[in-house]
Amino acid sequence: MRGATHAKWAALATAVALAATACGGGGDSGGGGAGGTVSSSWGDPQNPLEPANTNEVQGGKVLSMIFRGLKQYDPKTGAANNMLAEKIETTDSTNFTITLKDGWTFSNGEKVTAKSFVDAWNYGAHLKNNQKNAYFFGYIEGYSQVHPDKGEPTAATMSGLKVVDDKTFTVKLSQKFSTFPDTLGYAAFAPLPQAFYDDHAGWLSKPVGNGPYTVDSYAKGSQMVLKKWDAYPGADKAQNGGITLKVYTDNNTAYTDLTAGNLDLVDDVPASQLKNVSADLGDRYINTPAGIIQTLSFPFYDPAWNKPGQEKLRTGLSMAIDREQITETIFQKTRTPAQDWTSPVLGADGGFKDICGSSCVYNPTEAKKLVAEGGGIPGGTMKISYNADTGSHKEWVDAVCNSINRALGNNKACVGNPIGTFADYRNQVTQSKLDGPFRAGWQMDYPLIQNFLQPLYYTGASSNDGKYTNPEFDKLVNQANAETDTTKAVGLFQQAETVLKNDMGAIPLWYQNGSAGYSDRVENVMLNPFSVPVYDQIKVK
Amino acid sequence: MGRYVIRRLLQMIPVFFGATLLIFLMVNVMGDPIAGLCGDRACDPATAAQLKKEFGLDKPVWQQYLIYMGNVFTGDFGTAFNGQPVTELMASAFPVTIRLTIVAIFFEIVIGISLGVLTGLKRGRPVDTGVLLLTLVVLSIPTFVTGLLVQLLLGVKWGWIKPAVSPEAPFNELIVPGLVLASVSLAYVTRLTRTSIAENKRADYVRTAVAKGLPRRRVVTRHLLRNSLIPVVTFIGADVGALMGGAIVTERIFNIHGVGYQLYQGIVRQNTQTVVGFVTVLVLVFLLANLLVDLLYAVLDPRIRYA
Repeated sequence: MRGATHAKWAALATAVALAATACGGGGDSGGGGAGGTVSSSWGDPQNPLEPANTNEVQGGKVLSMIFRGLKQYDPKTGAANNMLAEKIETTDSTNFTITLKDGWTFSNGEKVTAKSFVDAWNYGAHLKNNQKNAYFFGYIEGYSQVHPDKGEPTAATMSGLKVVDDKTFTVKLSQKFSTFPDTLGYAAFAPLPQAFYDDHAGWLSKPVGNGPYTVDSYAKGSQMVLKKWDAYPGADKAQNGGITLKVYTDNNTAYTDLTAGNLDLVDDVPASQLKNVSADLGDRYINTPAGIIQTLSFPFYDPAWNKPGQEKLRTGLSMAIDREQITETIFQKTRTPAQDWTSPVLGADGGFKDICGSSCVYNPTEAKKLVAEGGGIPGGTMKISYNADTGSHKEWVDAVCNSINRALGNNKACVGNPIGTFADYRNQVTQSKLDGPFRAGWQMDYPLIQNFLQPLYYTGASSNDGKYTNPEFDKLVNQANAETDTTKAVGLFQQAETVLKNDMGAIPLWYQNGSAGYSDRVENVMLNPFSVPVYDQIKVK
Repeated sequence: MGRYVIRRLLQMIPVFFGATLLIFLMVNVMGDPIAGLCGDRACDPATAAQLKKEFGLDKPVWQQYLIYMGNVFTGDFGTAFNGQPVTELMASAFPVTIRLTIVAIFFEIVIGISLGVLTGLKRGRPVDTGVLLLTLVVLSIPTFVTGLLVQLLLGVKWGWIKPAVSPEAPFNELIVPGLVLASVSLAYVTRLTRTSIAENKRADYVRTAVAKGLPRRRVVTRHLLRNSLIPVVTFIGADVGALMGGAIVTERIFNIHGVGYQLYQGIVRQNTQTVVGFVTVLVLVFLLANLLVDLLYAVLDPRIRYA
């Protein structure tokens, strides 16, 4: 008996020792060259992976690999170039005729036809399909019948979409929208194969698209293996054999795995590692501007914050924020102080311009004067609300408040107001429950100045959470949308932005950069203006 | 004995309902989860209403609870926001966490009790003081510090382990995370065993056993240890539940896709179905572990059996 016990312990100890030595395995095994695969960090997508249902960056990554739409945004300039579209024609900015290129198929062999687009858009817009990006189709005539604000849909398809033949379809919008063709590069406008409707559950577990990659396997919540699609008909063929997306519980762990040599690409360097990133990665760290702007919105729905003359107060608060210092010390230069309400990725032609001017530059004396002239902070203290669960907002909100308090010489002028979860925060924002400024972030859907202004500041617009309204601004936006000449349209949008500046409808804080790091196994890594890695261009050494 | 078990099982019913109801209310207090699904922009009202209907969030809370409990008894734990049934999430998460817990408990028992016996028998000697100091250090360092430190040293600097556990999470990859997870409890087990052993060492039955001329090993394992284990078993039993539910920190650090990770996701996304489902199962695990502890008492000390 006693002997047996001995033996058992000995066996256990040996087992532990064996297991312990076995776990120090080597690195990834993927081969080099064009056939080599790249491993990349990933987060669990929040919504089912469907083009019109994916509104966050994690699901967007996959769509960018397995789908190609009518247009494709240039990863460097953000320009919308034709992809599947041969041409998109209009004479009145309302009726568009779209012609497709020959030779495109889905990876399951189905042909990409005009119907693939029309059906997909109708599916995306229809209320019963619960697609979170349905509003993208809101400009198309007949949208309000398939997606009414209240009650049941009265139509199955949008009347503005017509298939002419296999290669041609027409789109009729309910209002003039001159830059509509440039929006068509967004993933929500991707075509869908018949297989999507025939076996929806099957498609969701292994999506089929028409992009340079195909889904090889998908273990929900842990990893997705994408293989290069050899028969891909496009010009932007994948430069590597495939991409393995690994879900990480924490981006710190992903970063650690990168430094340990077990991972090739991290596209979200955690804030806490920004200090070490140059030492760890050297020039394998990417920090480039993305189409993301962060602002402070005001509760215009609250009478205390909506009095005449308060634009001086808001401008004063803007001038009390030391953007240079905060972006440098807290964000380690992964943010760029804002000069307008758009983003540098638009470029000068696209409408990026220093419109805010001195109103966005730190000037404590002027700030104090303007705040006083504007009637002072309502109630004496303002609370800046933010969600405390993700995004490390606490640090910068506290810094902004410190800056304001210092400039105004009043320690009680501004305090942070953390809200537990993002859902609760969004809840209070959308129900207009906040009685002070709140943080707002905007990631562009497509690189157009329209996308930075209309959804956020147009009266009653979908993301106008502060309920800002100015008839002059609305008029200029309408004029710009009706203008067929792009340069003139951009000019009108900039005029509208000037109106916004004079009101200080929201305080622009900074533009967010995309930050990524990669291993020495791979090269030619870059981020597109949406801060998503351009996976198909990555080369394995 | 049989009646005792039945009574204990019956007691579990109110605890089960009370715990789930509390969790249900707590998650609902946080407000409307749909608002978080659309990112930094408002969901359009029609879609939001449609989604609420689909997830049953448009009804009053008490109705939601009744429907939920009704479904649970048919094995339907609802659907997570990403379209996966919660049972599917459980099927992927629980085996991983159970493996992690087994590793942790194994370390607690082997290392904790051995060190406890060693120090208890040699009370006041340098080895005792040394181990006591060591446990004090372990107790005073939070798990996330230990975890990150171990990960950095073993994973990055020395390359002994991979810093992140693969999705399959086999036993050999869980040894280090298991040790980290066990560290604090391990220190407690050591101290508990030490005190208990030191106390019982002077007991009459030990003196008798020694006087009978039994070998030292037999005195220690059969007489001394067996009687000293009761508080330790209580602790370890309660710890099974605590480890499974409390692995959030360890699982996050080592990229383990277990219960802690799913719970965290559920809470952040305010997904009632996920949170309540997982907590329900954890409550059951907790209750069963406690039942097992009580049954083990009877094995260790026959006097309890007839009580």
